[in-house]
This record gives sequence, structure tokens and C-alpha cells, in this order.
Amino acid sequence: MQTKKISFRSYYGVLTVLLVLSLIVAARVGAVNMGYEKIFLFIQRALGFRHDVEVNTVEEQLFLQIRLPRVILCALVGAALSVSGTLMQALFRNPIVEPGLVGTSSGAAFGAAFVFVMGKSLSGGWMDALGPFLLPLFAFAGGLIATWTVYRLSNVFGKVNVNTLLLAGIAVNALAAGGTGFFSYIARDPQARSIVFWNLGTLSGADWNNVGIVSVSTIGGILLSLRYTKALNALMLGETEAGYLGIRTDRLKTRIILLNTFLVAVATSIVGVIGFVGLIVPHILRLMKSSDNRFLLIGSALLGGILLNIADMLARVIVAPSEFPIGVITAFAGAPVFLFLLIRSNRQQQKGGFYA
Amino acid sequence: MLSIDNVSYRIGGKQILAGITTTFAPGLLHVIVGPNGSGKSTFLQIFSGELKPEEGKVYYDDLPIAHADKTTLARRRAVMSQLPELHFPLSVNDIVMMGRYPHFNFQPSKKDSAICRQAMERVEITALSGRDYLTLSGGEKQRVQFARALAQIWEPPSSPAESRYLFLDEPVSSLDIHYQHQFLQIARSLVRDNIVLVAVLHDINLAMLYADRILFMKEGRVAAEGPSPAIVTPSLIREVFNIPVQLLENPQSAAPVIVYDGSTR
Repeated sequence: MQTKKISFRSYYGVLTVLLVLSLIVAARVGAVNMGYEKIFLFIQRALGFRHDVEVNTVEEQLFLQIRLPRVILCALVGAALSVSGTLMQALFRNPIVEPGLVGTSSGAAFGAAFVFVMGKSLSGGWMDALGPFLLPLFAFAGGLIATWTVYRLSNVFGKVNVNTLLLAGIAVNALAAGGTGFFSYIARDPQARSIVFWNLGTLSGADWNNVGIVSVSTIGGILLSLRYTKALNALMLGETEAGYLGIRTDRLKTRIILLNTFLVAVATSIVGVIGFVGLIVPHILRLMKSSDNRFLLIGSALLGGILLNIADMLARVIVAPSEFPIGVITAFAGAPVFLFLLIRSNRQQQKGGFYA
Repeated sequence: MLSIDNVSYRIGGKQILAGITTTFAPGLLHVIVGPNGSGKSTFLQIFSGELKPEEGKVYYDDLPIAHADKTTLARRRAVMSQLPELHFPLSVNDIVMMGRYPHFNFQPSKKDSAICRQAMERVEITALSGRDYLTLSGGEKQRVQFARALAQIWEPPSSPAESRYLFLDEPVSSLDIHYQHQFLQIARSLVRDNIVLVAVLHDINLAMLYADRILFMKEGRVAAEGPSPAIVTPSLIREVFNIPVQLLENPQSAAPVIVYDGSTR
């Protein structure tokens, strides 16, 4: 036990260093590349030092108001999606689950699109009172309905049926995507609220406001989820066995679905649907041969931030000065992993276990 | 002492258990046998506290379990079912440690780790402790689950009047004959004054070899209960299982053996 705890800590250490490095590198590159000395100078000035130095204020503003919030938002969204993937995989007891597949993301997108398009015409007293919470709230409601539907359909007599899960996911995703498409079709505000944004996501709208909202939901959600690691581990043995270990499984399931939806919905309402992140990240971590959910949750919060920052960097660099939707990159990386896992899950029917 | 008082259970109009009243005393290995659909597993789930009976009550010593908190229950009662299937890689150590989950909040204490080690020694799987559970054989997996259940109720309860409860739900059904006997020998060796040990088995011959008392179930009722193997007679088996049998004697050990006595073709 002892040696293992130390090795987990060293994984966290390595991942944290990589996360900081990825943030710095991602902040440097883009349509305008900046040197590292410049970046550090800007950061120092933002913190109130080095005001004696002359700098290019346009570049400084570009860095502080666009680039920096973007990479931080990206790390937060990556963490939220990956942690949510880990939670969903633990709940469904299946490694091919992620928020994009079980409907959370598309449901949340539908809720958010509804507010964007219909929000003005619906504005009554109570909706105005909600103010900035209106968007995350509707995204949350949409994501929750979608996730709950898929979970209930696929969970028959306490056992999750993967085929039903995938089919129910397809149906709910199609329904939500159809609704989102309808709203973006009738939308007056054409540029940012396009179908591409909702289906493939983008971080180009990042500002400090968004960073604030997503950091509250992501950090709060991750801290809350750490309370359930023991219960989620026990759930790996099955619901009955977990019950014998003193876990109140019904209450646990409800809370995990709520928590997952909260994490994903807030992020999705701001950056759109980014698929496959929640699938790949826990999978990479499981290659370390442990499925201890405490390790997976902390690890995916860090690794998710790293990988999504790399993806976003690619999205900005490949066709610079224009920009790729980030969902294209994550789909290219994630869909093959998904197929690979699916093949293995078919083989598993004959063999002992998924990773055996 | 596990006391079951007039327990009934129904699923969708079908009577699964019909007014069962019985007691299981500590210090003995109790075995429940009965045909498929006789309600054995439901019965076990009810006295484990996983299912709520429609009528009747279950007591662990003086504690009515219907009102007990799940964690409190889990500290005194462990259940081992047929092999749970895992979909994720986990080390043997991690799985055995799950037995300690009802006893700690976030981090296991040194004592929890020590108990896990002792439980693994008890079922002779210390050598497997670092292995990935998914790579083990069926017999090894079963012993890992057994160690987990033992770790869960390793310490005697604080009050000497209280018992620990260990329930085994068809623990050997998926094992070959070697592991079946090895497993039941370990289970036998656990019999203690303050442990209530109940196992559901399919095989009457195994039950007669290892049980102190046998309870026969049929159609949701207790068909017969009594000391093993004395209670087992061909007419009782015919009545419960609806099949003709002969009772023979093992020429080596003089243990009674049940064999099928009908035509085979």
C-alpha cells in the first residue's frame, strides 16, 4: 500500500508539471507567436511589477485578455469533461462511456441553445432575476434530462446493457442535436451560435468572465466528486455488493448523475460540445493498471487539462491565422480509441474481463 | 444469533417467501439448500438487509435490521456472492481493502492495512496481493472475494453479546471440485462462538460433508431443518427436489452420499 501511494503522488507531480508546461506553451503559440520573455514580462506587469518597462500594449492586451483566459478556460473545461467521463464510467461500470455518448453534452447544448435563441422573447421577471445563471441553469436541465433518460433506458435490473446504452445515447443525442440545429437555424445572431459551435465546440469566446464561471463549477464539482471515490470503487463490484459494503447505491447514483451534469453542462454552455475527451483521459490513466477512482479523478482533472490544451493549440496552429473547431481534433484522436475499446468490449464477452 | 420472524416476500403477485421463521445460532456452519426458484437467494438477500421483507422481521442479536443504518450493518455483516464481474483493472490489494470501506472515511488506517494482510494470509492469497484481479483464475478470484468479506468483519464486535455475520451465497458454484473443497474447508475453519455463518449451496453432498445444520427450502417455505447429515433422507430429497435418490456410504470415510436413482436413458 505504502509504495503505491507514493507512486500515485509522483504521477500527480509529473502531471502537474506537464499541465503548467502545456499552459505556458499554449499561451505562447497562436496566430501571433510570442517569446517566453515577453509572456513572463506581461504576467509580471499584470501582477503589478515591472511597470517601468515599455511594452507593445496591443500584444499585452492580446495576451492578457485573449490568450491567457483561453488557455485557463481550456484547462478547466478539459478537467471538467475528463472528471465527468471518469464519473460516468464508474457509474455505468463500463469504460466506453463519456458525457458525449450518454447525452449529457448534447442535452446541455440544447438547453443552452434554447436560452440563446428564445431567451430574449421569453424574458419575464423571474428569468431576468436569474441573470448570468440562466444559461448554465438551462444547460444543466437539458443535460440532466438527457443523461437520466439514457441511464434509465440502459440500466435494466441493475445491470447496464451496453448495446441499449449506445442506442439510447444515439437517439437522445440525435433528438437534442436536432433541437439545437433548429434553434441555430432560427437564430438571429449568426456568427458565434452556429451549428458548428454546438457540435464541435470552440474556445475562441474565452474571457475572464467565462473563466470565473467555469472555475467555480469545475473546481467545486471535482472537490465534491472526491467524496464519492470509495463508493464508486465499491460500485465496481456491482450494486448488490456495494450495498453489502454499506453504500446507499440509489442515493449515490442520483448524486453522481447530478454532479456529472453540473460539471459538463456549465462547460458546454460556454464552449459547446467537445467530444471524446472524457473517454480518452480515464483510459490513458487506466493503462497504469489501476482503476482506483481517487487516482482516476485527480489524474483526469490534470491530464484532461493538458490534453485539451494540446488539442486547442493544434486547432489554432494548423490553419493559422484561422481556426479549426477543437472538436475535430478531439474526434480524430478519440474516435479510434472508442472503436478500439468497443472491439475489446466485444472480445470481453468470451474472455474474463475488459482489460484482461 | 440471527433470528428470522415470519418473513414473507412477493414479486409482482408471485409469493417468493411465505412466512419463514427460523434462527441461526453462532458457532455452527448453517447450509441452506433447495431447488432452483425455492427462494434461497431471496431469503439470503432479506436476512442480509439488501431486500426489505414485505412482512416479518430480521434481528441480528437484538437489533432489528430494518431500522439499522447501512454502514452500521456493514460493520457487522459481510456477504460473499457468486463471482462479481469486474470491468476495470484493480489490484487484489485494492479489492480486499474494499472490505474495510465501512470502517474508514478517506484514508485507510495502518490497522485496516494490517487486517487486509491477515485476511489474505487466512485464505492463502498473500502472494497474489499485487496482481491484477482480472488476470486471476476463478478459484483465485473467489478467494480474493472471500478475503474481502473476512476483512469486513475481521474484528470481534465491541460487546461480547454481539455476533458477527458472514453469509455466503452459492460461493462454490463456479469452482471446480478441488477449489470447492478447499473453499469450504476454509469456511469450516472460520466457525467461532461469535460468528453466525450461513451458506447457500447447490450440492447436497457438499452440504452434508461440511454443514453442522441444514435447512431445506421448497416453494418459499422451510421444508425441513436439522443437524447434518442426520436429517438427510432419501424421502426428504424426493419430497424437496422431486427426484428419486439413494443414500450410500463412502467406503473410505463412512460419510453419506446422495446419488440419483432414476433411469438415465
